[in-house]
Amino acid sequence: MSRIAQRFADLKREGRGALVTYLQAYDPDPATSLALLRGLPGAGADVIEVGVPFTDPMADGPSIQKAAIRALKAGATLSRVLAMVRDFRKGNDTTPIVLMGYYNPILAYGIERFCTDASCSGVDGLIIVDVPPEEADEVEPHARAQGLDLIRLVAPTTDEARLPRVLAATSGFVYYVSIAGITGTRSASSASLEAAVPRIRRHTDLPVCIGFGIRTPQQAAEAARLADGAVVGTALVDTLAASLDEDGQARPETVRQVLDQVRGLAEAIRAG
Amino acid sequence: MNKTVPLNSFRQGPDARGRFGQFGGRFVAETLMPLILEVEKAYEAAKRDPQFDAEWRRLLTHYVGRPSPLWYADRLTEHLRKDAAPGKGAKVYFKRDELNHTGAHKINAVLGQILLAKRMGKTRIIAETGAGQHGVATATACALFDLPCTVFMGATDVERQQPNVFRMKLLGAQVMPVTSGAATLKDAMNEALRYWVANVEDTYYCIGTVAGPHPYPAMVRDFQSVIGTEARAQMQEAEGRLPDALVAAIGGGSNAMGLFYPFLDDPEVQMFGVEAAGRGLHTEEHAASLEKGRPGVLHGNRMYLLQDADGQVQEAHSISAGLDYPGVGPEHSWLHELGRVQYVGATDDEALAAFQLCSKLEGIIPALEPAHALAYVIRQAPAMARDQILLMNLCGRGDKDIFTVARHLGVEM
Repeated sequence: MSRIAQRFADLKREGRGALVTYLQAYDPDPATSLALLRGLPGAGADVIEVGVPFTDPMADGPSIQKAAIRALKAGATLSRVLAMVRDFRKGNDTTPIVLMGYYNPILAYGIERFCTDASCSGVDGLIIVDVPPEEADEVEPHARAQGLDLIRLVAPTTDEARLPRVLAATSGFVYYVSIAGITGTRSASSASLEAAVPRIRRHTDLPVCIGFGIRTPQQAAEAARLADGAVVGTALVDTLAASLDEDGQARPETVRQVLDQVRGLAEAIRAG
Repeated sequence: MNKTVPLNSFRQGPDARGRFGQFGGRFVAETLMPLILEVEKAYEAAKRDPQFDAEWRRLLTHYVGRPSPLWYADRLTEHLRKDAAPGKGAKVYFKRDELNHTGAHKINAVLGQILLAKRMGKTRIIAETGAGQHGVATATACALFDLPCTVFMGATDVERQQPNVFRMKLLGAQVMPVTSGAATLKDAMNEALRYWVANVEDTYYCIGTVAGPHPYPAMVRDFQSVIGTEARAQMQEAEGRLPDALVAAIGGGSNAMGLFYPFLDDPEVQMFGVEAAGRGLHTEEHAASLEKGRPGVLHGNRMYLLQDADGQVQEAHSISAGLDYPGVGPEHSWLHELGRVQYVGATDDEALAAFQLCSKLEGIIPALEPAHALAYVIRQAPAMARDQILLMNLCGRGDKDIFTVARHLGVEM
């Protein structure tokens, strides 16, 4: 069983949803980023999304755009992100790692070589934001051959006609984008989430995680209750950004402040 | 339109997936995907509706002022013959799309898209703009059709294209300066896409060039092909034959695609797309995606792209805000690989010289974008025989650029 399937199976037995965290690799520098990555499981992250920096993150709001600029300035490349995952895996063999990013850095790396290297580095799944099922034929065979899950976004705009097709192309878990919009801008209402999750469940047995616009422990707990997990990204990136000094460098308290926030989110989810 | 296309035609693209060879496609986030498919469906239906075509053509005739004239640039031709070898110096013609209402070719495709948006029941229009020509054209059409309009424009471009910013505001549009990245056309397009994702229900995104997710590259080309279709008939009338070579500037590539497309299956017609070579192709500061880039994915399509070894997109540079884009439309990328069109470069300095020469010799102040095409004409015409014909798309007028040019020439205004 893959790490992702194992993790969701374990959580199901525990009777709670997953906390899925998102931080961008190399934000604001490689050492801080690795310290955060290593600290996340202990702070309560069940699944870790590692953002791969890209110059033109079309689906991301200002917070994650700025994170990408910091990370690229700090020297982030796809191969260095994979090296960071390898470092993480030396001390952790159970927490699933999902790389989230855009297609062009993967194309530049070479799709087949990337899938091989990602798998060997301990990556479990991929979210490639700008590759919808219609364009996935180049990636799918290589990802499948390497045992990498292709996690797909389902949006409020994904209509009934399209939903089965999108879900058929998904493995690992379903990432429900709770708002029509970019990351970190606004939040969905409880009512719309209550309607959306059963709509997806009618077509799939995969775990469903809700993301985009989840900021507070209460929102995370609610999303994890309604679905199988809550993804928190921008709120963590904002905390990280606020902790930096005026030159954009990490302060001694940067790692602790972000991990404290993760602990708060994890506690709320565990309390149900 | 009803003519059967031969099997070996260059005019068969795109395929059902929106691909021209390996280029094009629909590389967008899931949130946008259903809307992209809706635009495609609506456009396919509109294309087959004679009423849609009639309304668009009525606007082109009575509002835009089409057909635009074909002008024999007599003085320029003679000027270029002076330094040419005996028997050399092709006749130079201009397709005068700078005479369109709003001063550039952009309005052709904007009116088609606004009619489509209305058909789709969309009530808000957004657009990206570089030089401001597409923004002005979109703001104009939105004023005519009483639609609220938001134009995303890089803050750098807002600065260097002040007259067009003011024009858009006069026309009732809201101009949103974009400060991310280098704050130019690429970033404006990112921001427009982000806005669209958040407003999919009521908003239509009016893209200004032959790039973006399918069906935009094909749709914008279809509308802009009015340029080449007219030019073909006009040239037959003026010279009784087709031109020997076509020349057009390339940013995203819409004016070039519009001129080239109706001639693609005429093997006797050579084609030259002129990219902005900025400070020179040997420097890092240019916008020559085809000559210096490699295939990649940005803004919803696979195309030639200026990028580093790790697939990060590089900033383009050009004196012309309209050419300052690190990508180029998928159909151009395909025609480049097939070798049907030759892609060449013209530098900032060459464009500035051409800008001044055209003003003095022909009494036409061209935009800096077609000034790049003209810079290539100045190089190419003297190498061609006297009885050959070179047709250039003069796709925009230069009023918007006089401040930029003055600054480069050291003139205080």
